[in-house]
Amino acid sequence: MITSILVVIFLAVIIGIVLGISAIKFKVEGDPIIEKIDSILPQTQCGQCGFPGCKPYATAIANGEADINQCPPGGDEGIHKLADLLGVEYKPLNAEHGEPKPKSVAIIDEKTCIGCTLCIQACPVDAILGSAKHMHTIIEKECTGCELCLPPCPVDCIDMVAIEENAENWKWKYPVYKIDKVSERRAS
Amino acid sequence: MKLFDKVFKFNGGIRAETKKNISTAQPIRKIPLPKKIVLPLRQHIGKLAKLKVDIGDEVLKGQLIAEADGNVSAAIHASTSGKITAIEKRLIPHPSGLPDFCIEISPDGKDQWIEKKAIPWKKIGLDKVNELLLESGIVGLGGAAFPTHLKLNNSKKAGALNTLIVNAAECEPYITCDDMLMREKTHELIQGIKLVHEILNVKESVIGIEDNKTDAINFIQHAIKKEKNISLQIVPTIYPSGDAKRLIYLLKGIKIPKGRRSSDYGIQMFNVATILAIYRFIEFGEPSISRIVTITGNLKSPRNYELLFGTPLKEIIDDAGGQIIKNDTFIMGGPMMGFKLPSIDVPVTKAMNCIISSEPAMIEEKKPVLPCIRCARCAEACPVELQPQELFWFSKSKQLEKAEEYNLFDCIECGCCSYVCPSNIPLVQYYRFAKSEIIEERHEYEQANIARERNEFRLQRLEREKLERAERNALRRAQSSSEEKTKLIDEKRKAIADAMQRIEKEDDKND
Repeated sequence: MITSILVVIFLAVIIGIVLGISAIKFKVEGDPIIEKIDSILPQTQCGQCGFPGCKPYATAIANGEADINQCPPGGDEGIHKLADLLGVEYKPLNAEHGEPKPKSVAIIDEKTCIGCTLCIQACPVDAILGSAKHMHTIIEKECTGCELCLPPCPVDCIDMVAIEENAENWKWKYPVYKIDKVSERRAS
Repeated sequence: MKLFDKVFKFNGGIRAETKKNISTAQPIRKIPLPKKIVLPLRQHIGKLAKLKVDIGDEVLKGQLIAEADGNVSAAIHASTSGKITAIEKRLIPHPSGLPDFCIEISPDGKDQWIEKKAIPWKKIGLDKVNELLLESGIVGLGGAAFPTHLKLNNSKKAGALNTLIVNAAECEPYITCDDMLMREKTHELIQGIKLVHEILNVKESVIGIEDNKTDAINFIQHAIKKEKNISLQIVPTIYPSGDAKRLIYLLKGIKIPKGRRSSDYGIQMFNVATILAIYRFIEFGEPSISRIVTITGNLKSPRNYELLFGTPLKEIIDDAGGQIIKNDTFIMGGPMMGFKLPSIDVPVTKAMNCIISSEPAMIEEKKPVLPCIRCARCAEACPVELQPQELFWFSKSKQLEKAEEYNLFDCIECGCCSYVCPSNIPLVQYYRFAKSEIIEERHEYEQANIARERNEFRLQRLEREKLERAERNALRRAQSSSEEKTKLIDEKRKAIADAMQRIEKEDDKND
C-alpha cells in the first residue's frame, strides 16, 4: 500500500519536474494562431476590415472579436483558407467592408503634387518617397494598393491604376472547350 | 559498324511521323537586310534586359543595346548597323499574344561591325569567360532560351565536370535547324565542341544524335575521326529524346533526381546551335545576333534560314513563297510543345527555332474532347514517369497543392500524354495552367511577406520616433527651467561684454 503510494508520488514529482522545465524551455513566444491567420491575410494593410492593419485583424479573429469575412483584398479564396484553418463554416464576404477590386497600384501625378508629405505619413508600408515641398513618388514594387494615401491628398493627385496583364505576369488560362452532346455529333 | 551504341531507354515517349524531310531539301538561306529590325527586350528566360540606347542613336552591328539586368537575364545586341528609330511596345512571339518592349533599328545598309575582339580565354580563366558570356547575350538556342552563363555558373558551383554532352537529338517533328547546321557547318561545330571541351576542362565530349539524321551523322563521323575525346552516340528516334534529362539517361544511364542538376553529376549539356554561338563569340568576338530557323509546313518553299534577330517573320514567310492553303495559322516551336503565334507580325527571336505554317489537317480536324476514361495510357507514355491522369484531375479541380505533391513541376510539358490520350484531352494545357497558378501564388505570398515586414518596420520606426520626441521634449523642458535660463542668459551677457572689451581695446590701440 505505502510502496504504491510512494511510487505514484515519485512518478508525479518526476513528471512534474520534466513538464515544468519543458514549459520554460519550449515556451512559445506570441500566439501561433495569430501568426497563422496573419500569413493567410494579404498584407495589404488597408484597414477595410475595421482594424488598423492585417496583424490587428488577425489578433481580433483569434480572440473571436471579428468575423472571417471582413477582408475584401483576400477575397473568397482567403475566406475559404481562414475557414479551413479555424474549422469554421465559410461565409460570403461581408459587403459592408467593401468589394474585392482588381489588384492596383497608386500613381502620383508628379506635376500636381505639392510635396505636402501627407500621403507619406499615411502609407502603411513606406512605399512613398519624397520630402517636404519636393515631389513625391510611389515605389510601385512595394505598393500594396491599399488606397490609404488617397483621402489625405489635398490636391487629389493620386490615382489607383489596375495592374495590367503583360508578358511578364501573364498566366496560362484554364482550358475551355466545348463538349458536344453525343446525339448532336451523330446527327452531324 | 554497329547500328546503335548502348542506349538506356527511358519510359514511354512516342514515335510520331517526323516530317523533317519537308525542310531539308534545300540549303540554309540568308535573306537580304530587312527594312526594319525589331528587337524585343524579352527574348530569354528571366528579367527584361536593361536599355543602353536612346531613340536617334547610331549603332553598329554587334553593339550592346541592352544589358543583362542581374544574373538571370541576357544582353541584346544590334543585329545590324543603323539608327534606333523607336523604343516601344510591339507584338512579340510569346504565347500570351501581348505586346512588350522592343527596340526598332532602321538599318543603314552598311552592315558594319563593331570592333571584334577574340577572347583570350586561356589567359583570363573560366570566371572571366563567364562574366563575358553574360555580355554575349548567348542563351540556349534549343528553344528554352536559358541564359548560358548561368549554366556555366551552376557547373562551377558543382565542382569538377567530366562530360560535355552536345545535344543534337532534335526530337520534335518538323524541326530541322540543328540538322541543317550540322550538315552545313560541320567543321565549325567540331571546332566549337573542341573549344567548349577545353574551356570546361572535361574528359570526354559526346554528341547525342537521333538515328533519323543520316547525313549529319555521316558528316560528323567523318569530321571526328581523328578526335580522341569526341564521340558520336546514335540514339533511336523516340520523342522526347532531346530533353536534357532524357538524353543524359539515353547516353549515360544516369537518372538525375528531382531538384538536382546534371552538373552535380559532372555533366554539362549544350545544344549544337549554342555551341556554335559560344564558338563565334570566343573565337571571333561576335555576340549572339543570328540563328538558324526552320520555316516549314504548309508553305510553297519550306527550308531553313539563317536570320538576324529582329527580322520580321512576315518577310521570311513571303520569301518562302507564302502558304499553299491560306489559313493564317502559324506555330512557333514544334507541333508538340510549340504555341500558336498571335500574328506573323513578330520578329525573329533567340527562342525561335522553328515556325510551322499549320497544315489544314492540324487545325480543322480537331477531335472532340471526351471525358477521361482512366485508361492510364498517358502514364505509359510519360517520359518523366509521372501520373498524368492524377495531375489532370488535380489541375482540373484546382487542387494545386495536391498537384504539386504529385510532382507537377517535374513535368516537361512534352505533350506525349495529350498525344496518346484517346479522349483528346488537352492535358498539357491543364498542367501549364496549374503551374502558372502556383507560381503566381508563390509570388503573391512573397509580396505579402515583404509588405508585412515593411509594415512592421514602419510601426517600429513610428514607436521609436515617438520615444525620441518625448526624450527631446523632456530635455528641452529641463533646459528651460528658470535656473538654467538665467545661467544661459548670464553666459551670453558675459560673451557680449567680453567682445565689447576686445573692441574697445583694439580701438585704443588704433588711436
